[in-house]
Amino acid sequence: MKKGCMSSTMKLAASFPLTKSSRSLLSPLEFSTQSSGNNIESRIPWRAWTSVKNHHGKQQQHMRPPSGTVAAYSAQSEEQPQQQEEEKTADEQKTKAREIVVEIPVDYDLHLLESAPSRSSVTNSEDLMSIYHEMSVIRRVEITADMLFKSQQIRGFCHLYDGQEAVCVGMEKALNFDDSVITAYRDHGIFIGRGGTIFETFSELMGKRTGCANGKGGSMHLYKRENNFWGGWGIVGTSPPLGTGLAFAHKYLKKPNVVVAIYGDGAANQGQLYEAQNLAALWELPIIFLIENNHFGMGTAEWRASKKPAYYDRISYIPGVKADGMDVFAIKEAFQYCKEYCLGGKGPIMLEADTYRYHGHSMSDPGSTYRSRNEIQGIRRERDPIEHVRKIILQEEIATKEELKDLDKQIRRDVEDAAAKAREAEQPRDDELFANIYKKDSGLIAYGCDRKKTRIQMP
Amino acid sequence: RRRKRRRRRRRRKKAIHYSSIVMMIRRRSWRRRRSSSSSSSSWEGRRSTIATTTTTTTMQQQQQQCSSSSNKMNLFSAINNALYTALDTDPRSYVFGEDVGFGGVFRCTVGLRDKFGRSRVFNTPLCEQGIVGFGIGLASMGNRAIAEIQFADYIYPAFDQIVNEAAKYRYRSGNMFNTGGLTIRAPYGAVGHGGHYHSQSPEAFFCHVPGIKVVIPRSPSQAKGLLLASIRDPNPVVFFEPKLLYRMAVEEVSEDDYTLPLSSAEVMREGSDITLVGWGAQLTILEQACTEAAKDGISCELIDLRTLIPWDQELVEASVNKTGRLLVSHEAPVTGGFGAEIAAYITERCFLRLEAPIVRVCGLDTPFPLVFEPFYLPTKNKILDAIKAAVQF
Repeated sequence: MKKGCMSSTMKLAASFPLTKSSRSLLSPLEFSTQSSGNNIESRIPWRAWTSVKNHHGKQQQHMRPPSGTVAAYSAQSEEQPQQQEEEKTADEQKTKAREIVVEIPVDYDLHLLESAPSRSSVTNSEDLMSIYHEMSVIRRVEITADMLFKSQQIRGFCHLYDGQEAVCVGMEKALNFDDSVITAYRDHGIFIGRGGTIFETFSELMGKRTGCANGKGGSMHLYKRENNFWGGWGIVGTSPPLGTGLAFAHKYLKKPNVVVAIYGDGAANQGQLYEAQNLAALWELPIIFLIENNHFGMGTAEWRASKKPAYYDRISYIPGVKADGMDVFAIKEAFQYCKEYCLGGKGPIMLEADTYRYHGHSMSDPGSTYRSRNEIQGIRRERDPIEHVRKIILQEEIATKEELKDLDKQIRRDVEDAAAKAREAEQPRDDELFANIYKKDSGLIAYGCDRKKTRIQMP
Repeated sequence: RRRKRRRRRRRRKKAIHYSSIVMMIRRRSWRRRRSSSSSSSSWEGRRSTIATTTTTTTMQQQQQQCSSSSNKMNLFSAINNALYTALDTDPRSYVFGEDVGFGGVFRCTVGLRDKFGRSRVFNTPLCEQGIVGFGIGLASMGNRAIAEIQFADYIYPAFDQIVNEAAKYRYRSGNMFNTGGLTIRAPYGAVGHGGHYHSQSPEAFFCHVPGIKVVIPRSPSQAKGLLLASIRDPNPVVFFEPKLLYRMAVEEVSEDDYTLPLSSAEVMREGSDITLVGWGAQLTILEQACTEAAKDGISCELIDLRTLIPWDQELVEASVNKTGRLLVSHEAPVTGGFGAEIAAYITERCFLRLEAPIVRVCGLDTPFPLVFEPFYLPTKNKILDAIKAAVQF
């Protein structure tokens, strides 16, 4: 990525070689080595805090998987190389959508892998704006959900995703809607990334009939069948085994698609996870185990819950990659790499995203009893995913500060309108209480409390 | 400090905030802690009705137990007191579970780690099967292992360990080994906004397992006595605590070391027309229904089962022989709930005495719903209707 202030009219071409000298001028993110509170660094050996060293370090040879390997797997995936070629031609045709190469400052950690995902990501101005837009929408939705919960319009439990937007948006950029995604309860962002509308999200949170699960699921149970978003699961650790089953179906039906099973650092100590990983490796299923490592399982820090707080290399027979979860391009490259790996028939792969959540675990947790406010504010200042993209946009002069501000205001208005509309929506009908317990022709009879009068009889 | 005090005041108005424990409770020992009154919570529905009736459950036994040193406590303080006593009296007792170190999500284990040390009160990672399995091993070495499962909804990964290992160890080893020192505590029951996975009542699953005991208290003083009895009982016990009552139920609880007998039900209210049987938070609803029914001239006998297995069959049978009618009420779904066992047994024993079919007013046969919770639960009016239907049969 070129520094814009050198020459404001500098045009970029994708093939411009990034020499060592030019790289030193690049500073997509100013990571300060002296982070707020030195105790944080000593406690948490995050590479991101000292990423400046990596960034100015040796020029690493990270090969992007050549397009030849795309055709190496099953014949039905021939659509993919065609799609890539179409994209390239489309990009070249759009002269205004100039290609921008974004550097990924934080290195990947690898386990049982020889090559790494690419350290530079090719994007263009439209892509950047759409990434910015989507992440801002998710951020705004979470903040609005916070306010709605506090004003008791959302009941139940609410687990907010802000801070982790880069993970779901980066994932969606590398996948398509034929790939399946299954996650745990922190699913608002992933639902929106999978194509869920804001109105559906708020309706479901408020328990209205217009929600994606007809208002019967709530915050933890968002689903979207047509885009292969399998939910939204309340119990910790259940998504990997379910994802393994989905992956088996994908493989059996010879689909050129992967499954992404998402879980967190808290769930990484559940027994069923290891069972699922063994099954996936044994049967070589195309599944990416994504660990959204936000370093705190509810209130317990990862180093207090796990003997080894690294999750991508736990299994000696499943390779893994660890990427910076606050950098949307790192996640995108990592996912592209992982998808190619899985579809090459080599079996599962683990992808750990080093990310952070600003809110507490849920709305009843302020999030500041087990971590200092300085730490949260420090991460917001240094590693915020939206700020990262905003800086790139401003430096590439795709939009001005005022335009981005207007966009933010527009997003805020849209989100609040959707919330207001959801508030006016209807609650589910009374007979929904007994609907969908079994399939329709169950013959279920629900009696009144005296067990004599039949109140509702299902067909 | 002023900031912290302001934050504390703001937090009191919100719903469950275990963060406020760290601020408030760490400064005060459990002896001086005053229970938060029901006005500080902001739940709706059942909560407001419960607030008016928590202090009305007075029994002769309770008055006898109240010594000179008694304190107004709510349920979590009483349980904290019981755990403190248990850890104090037996140096080989341990409390462990998810997040118990700082006090637990419901403040039941506040102050224990400071007093007894990190070797006896410690956190575990997020692994219920591991927690219970570990507890079984610890208990079989002769220790008192008090495991906490954060919500009863999450007890299912540990179900295999409880049913196949804890319940059967003594039996299949010919009394060579046993896990008597194991006590598993879990908050259960509806809370108003819990949804599918924070409101379940899984007691029926465990009632089907010979070899363990299932104990459910209804109030703070009962909880302390029953918990101490469960911990000291030479059999593994699953102790369900009604989470709705953690802050809502306020009572005078003696600070002595006392236990209440297990497998002994208690008659809360004498009557002659119908026997009502329940446990846990449901008893408050049953009590309200009793008071309402009394206005219509129906005299209800209210029994708290306290221990679900092995349950006090004689007392319930004697009561039904007196009244001739029985109503069982619990939050769990009606089909296969523990009310079915009570109904079947009483039908066997009191068939000729019964004046009306046994009524079960329980949760509906659906997953515990989110928005439909008021429809799902066995409310006071459903119970009243059922009482009248039974009496007028």
